[in-house]
Amino acid sequence: MDNRAAGNRGAGATLPIVPAIVTDSLTRTFGLVTALSQLTVEMPTGVVGLVGANGAGKSTLIKILLGLLPPTSGRAQILGMDCRTDGLQIRQLVGYMPESDCLPPDVSATEFVVHLARMSGLPSAVARERTADTLRHVGLYEERYRPIGGYSTGMKQRVKLAQALVHDPKLVLLDEPTNGLDPAGRDEMLGLIQRIGSEFSISVVVTSHLLGELERIADHIVVIEGGVLQRSTSTADATQLSGVVLVEVTDQAAEIIARLRAAGAQVADAGGSQSFTVELSDETVLDAVQRAVADLGVGLIRMQRRRHHLTEFFQPEQEAADAQQ
Amino acid sequence: MPSNELAAGPPVPVTPTTSAAEDVIHDIGFRHYDGARFGRGWIVRSLLVETVRGIFGLGRPAKSKIMPWVLFGILMLPPLIIALWVILTGGKDLPLSYTGYLSSMQFVISLFVAGAAPYCVSRDLRHGVIPLYLSRPMKRSDYALAKFGGLSIGLFLVLAVPETLLLLGAVLAKLSIGHQLAGWAGGIAISAILALALSSVGLVIAAFTPRRGLGVAAIVTTLLVASGMSFVLSGIAEQKGYLKLSDYVAMLDPFRLVDGLAVAWFGVSSSSSTAPPPGALGGTVFALVAAALVGGGVAILVRRYRKVGVV
Repeated sequence: MDNRAAGNRGAGATLPIVPAIVTDSLTRTFGLVTALSQLTVEMPTGVVGLVGANGAGKSTLIKILLGLLPPTSGRAQILGMDCRTDGLQIRQLVGYMPESDCLPPDVSATEFVVHLARMSGLPSAVARERTADTLRHVGLYEERYRPIGGYSTGMKQRVKLAQALVHDPKLVLLDEPTNGLDPAGRDEMLGLIQRIGSEFSISVVVTSHLLGELERIADHIVVIEGGVLQRSTSTADATQLSGVVLVEVTDQAAEIIARLRAAGAQVADAGGSQSFTVELSDETVLDAVQRAVADLGVGLIRMQRRRHHLTEFFQPEQEAADAQQ
Repeated sequence: MPSNELAAGPPVPVTPTTSAAEDVIHDIGFRHYDGARFGRGWIVRSLLVETVRGIFGLGRPAKSKIMPWVLFGILMLPPLIIALWVILTGGKDLPLSYTGYLSSMQFVISLFVAGAAPYCVSRDLRHGVIPLYLSRPMKRSDYALAKFGGLSIGLFLVLAVPETLLLLGAVLAKLSIGHQLAGWAGGIAISAILALALSSVGLVIAAFTPRRGLGVAAIVTTLLVASGMSFVLSGIAEQKGYLKLSDYVAMLDPFRLVDGLAVAWFGVSSSSSTAPPPGALGGTVFALVAAALVGGGVAILVRRYRKVGVV
């Protein structure tokens, strides 16, 4: 039907320098409650994970980004459009999947998504065609003709995702899409979100209160707590810059620890008899480990990067790189 | 990103010569859309059409179709019977005026409003659908106005069809065409105003009662109580000798309000014995009150939706 996809979107995807979302001292208060406080952050295109506990300000940020809630002060931009003034244009090119239940039980998924596609401004024929396509992509087949009331939680989440994608947005805001799903459903949903970012070339901002699940799929992680930015890093940066290295040797671990401490490194016992962790303040620490091991002539079993703040997360390439060192 | 090009690229054209390939379903990946995206006008119109369809149960489960069509059927019965009676007995005029028909079917019309208004708004409120509308390129007031327009049009159809049936009967019975057409036009105009007034009352109540059953009960009760109050107060005022007050109190009931307008504008005799609005001033006051009822209702509705869906 159209073949702009590979050309335009592909080119867009290779220019991650242009941030999808920019906020500048964004503040929003509700009476005495401060939902967002001086939030200044840039989110790139691709899959961005927005992490925070319940009440951290994630949903408030999403409503501001959709142009539905004016910020108390500060500025927010999405896809280069101002959230304070360009609400209508933003909502034409952005999809939103709410956290809460939002599906009427007495209509079928097809009818409901067709209706919402028209509500996004698509002509009727296009709305029907894209609804069939989109429901297939999120994994709803024959059941899409049955009333939504009889769907499982997993199927309902898929319908909610489909309505956010049906109008082919440039960016989707997914609010807690894995809420209420069992572990298998969670994995499927996360896989689907990853595909939206890679195969569909649609930028994604996905929120969760679980850091672990977003680390697996996000290119970039933003953590907010109590409306305040805690950190904003690409997941690749996180593995490079922060964390500690787990070192395991064949013999004389105590001697190596002593030498490293003498060189000023922060070393902690890792529990095993011949292993320890060393804080990776800079690259010279790695050299120091290497030198100590070489001098003593013991075998180095492994050096593995661990990270401080992000929970267990090992990218295969990163692990391979570590193993080579 | 080669995987992207593979997935989002154009479908491989199937040439007619390779007939075997035509049977194969290609997964052509997620297709993007570059075509027209219509603005608020289209969106409001689509929502309005969807609302009108839904009022009559179209595109909804079978059981949602029962009530509206049964009530619509009941509303068509009197015009059918009257038409047959006039045709068979060869009377000189319809036994019931076009506007009088509206008052005489007050209860059934009230039931129809009570069923339709909650469908229009309570469903979306109850099931949390509003955020899905708000996240689309429309304004909050667009939603409220589309729902108001949809219910008004649906109600108007329900009233205008029986009115037209009455006219048809009168024409078949060879009554004076000019007179009947004038009466019908008045009936249509009053139907339109009644549809607007009842939509306004019904939607305001429904928008504050997310529970559907509660909304139905509240609307029926409100319309019945308003009607009863207006008759009781009229009666008391008349007994005490305040005849003008007695006439004006009729405005409490939307049905008597539009009946008063019919008397003032079209000179038909009032269908309720107590409600002839007094003169030009009366007509103006009734018209202003009707406008305030509709305008006030819409304003409350729009205000209500300013708050929905925000934390």
